[in-house]
Amino acid sequence: MATRMMLLVGTKKGAFILEGDAARRDWSLRGPFCETWPINQVIADPKTGTIWAAGGNEWFGPAVWRSTDGGASWTHSSAGLAYAAGETPIKSAWSLALGPTGTLWAGVEPAGLFRSDDGGDNWTHVTALTEHPSRADWQPGGGGMILHGILPHPTDPDRLWVAISVAGVFATEDGGASWAPRNRGTRQDYAPEGERYPEHGQCVHALAMGAGNPDRLYQQNHCGMYRSDDGGRGWTSIEAGLPSSFGFPAVAHPRDPDTLFLLPLNGDQAGRFMPDAAAAVWRTRDAGASWQALRQGLPQASAYFGVLRQAMAADTLEPAGVYFGTSGGALFASADEGEAWSCIAEHLPTILSVEALVRDG
Amino acid sequence: MAEPACVFLPDALVRLFPGAPRQVAVNAGSVAEAIAELERRWPGMADRLCDSSPAIRRHLKIFVEGERAGLDTPIRPGGEMLVMTAVSGG
Repeated sequence: MATRMMLLVGTKKGAFILEGDAARRDWSLRGPFCETWPINQVIADPKTGTIWAAGGNEWFGPAVWRSTDGGASWTHSSAGLAYAAGETPIKSAWSLALGPTGTLWAGVEPAGLFRSDDGGDNWTHVTALTEHPSRADWQPGGGGMILHGILPHPTDPDRLWVAISVAGVFATEDGGASWAPRNRGTRQDYAPEGERYPEHGQCVHALAMGAGNPDRLYQQNHCGMYRSDDGGRGWTSIEAGLPSSFGFPAVAHPRDPDTLFLLPLNGDQAGRFMPDAAAAVWRTRDAGASWQALRQGLPQASAYFGVLRQAMAADTLEPAGVYFGTSGGALFASADEGEAWSCIAEHLPTILSVEALVRDG
Repeated sequence: MAEPACVFLPDALVRLFPGAPRQVAVNAGSVAEAIAELERRWPGMADRLCDSSPAIRRHLKIFVEGERAGLDTPIRPGGEMLVMTAVSGG
C-alpha cells in the first residue's frame, strides 16, 4: 500500500492540510478549514484518520472541530466544554491529545483539562486539576493562562502529564482524579534570588516524551531546557551547547528516545527571533549531552521569525521527517531527520501548530 | 397560538450549522427562550451565542425591536430579534 502523508496545520485563520507521499518532496495544500477560526492545534488518529482541531473564535467561543473524511467536511462541538456558571468562561481550546484507549483530551484557556470518551461529541471537565491547591498561584503568560500541552502515557490510560503556563507541569496516575506538580529542578529566572526552584509556577513551554520510554521526558521551558528520566519527578538542565535557553517547541524522535529536535529563539526580551537572524533546528542524539545545529536549506540571513510551541512535529517514517511552521506563515520540512530543509508552503497565516499524520492506503 | 417572532442570524453563525437560515421564526417570549428554541433546532447553537457565565457572548450583541437586549429581555408576539457580530479583527 502506498503511504500517504498529511501535515495538519493550525493557523491564526483556520486549519490547513498539506498532502504528500513517503518521499515528502511534493506537497499540495488544502484549506482554510474550520471557518477560518483561530486553530491552536490539529491532531489525528493514525488508525482511523479522524482529524480534530482545537480553537476558539472571538464571536462564538471555544470548540473542537472534527473531520472524518480527511478534511473534506467538518463539524464542531463544545457540549460540556464549559466551566460552571459564574466562573470565567472558556475562551479557547488550546491543545489536544489522544490517549491509548481512545480518550480525547483537550486543554483550554483559562487553564483546565477536559476529556471526551465519544470522539469529541461531549466533554467532561477534569475538575481535580483546576481544584489543585496551587490553582490560586497560576498566572497568565504571554499567550494567556493556558493548558497548552498534554502527554498521555502510551499504554496506561490513567497516566497523563499536562503543561500549564504559567503554573508548570502536573501529572496524574489515576486518570485525572488527583494531580501532582512535576517541576523539581526547573528554574524561574524571573523570581527573586533564593526562590527560583519552587514546586510550581514555572513557565513550561513544551513537553515531549522519549520514544518507548515514558519516564524520559524533555521540557523546553521559558528558562532553560531540561530532561527527566523519572517521569518528571526531577529535571536536569540540558541547555549547555544551545545558543539560547529560550524557545518554544520540543519534538521527540519517533523511535530513538535520545534524539530530540528544538528551535531555540534569541531570548524572551530580544524579539524572540531566530538567533542572529539565521534559522537553525538544533538536534541532540545523546539525550541532551551535546547539540548540533542543522541549517542546510534554512534561511541564514534576515530570518526574523519565531516558531511557537505547537508548531513543530516529526513523522513516523524512516528516516523521520521533521516539520516546523513560522510566525510569518512559512512551513519548512526535512525528510532526513533535519539534515536538509526546504520551504514547502509560504504566505500562510501565522502558524500556531503542525502535526504529521502517516497513513497507509 | 401567538404570532411567532422573527430572529435574524449573522452569516458567520449560520455557516457553522449547515441548513440554518439567516431568518428564523420562533415561538419565544424572551431572548433566552428564543436561544433555547434555536438550540433545539440546531444543537450547539446556544453555545455559540452564550457563554457559561451565563451571558450573551462578549463580542456578540442582540437587539430586540432595535434596543440592546439581554437574556431576560422579553420578545412580543411578532417581534424581531437581531443577532450581530462585532466588527473587529485583522
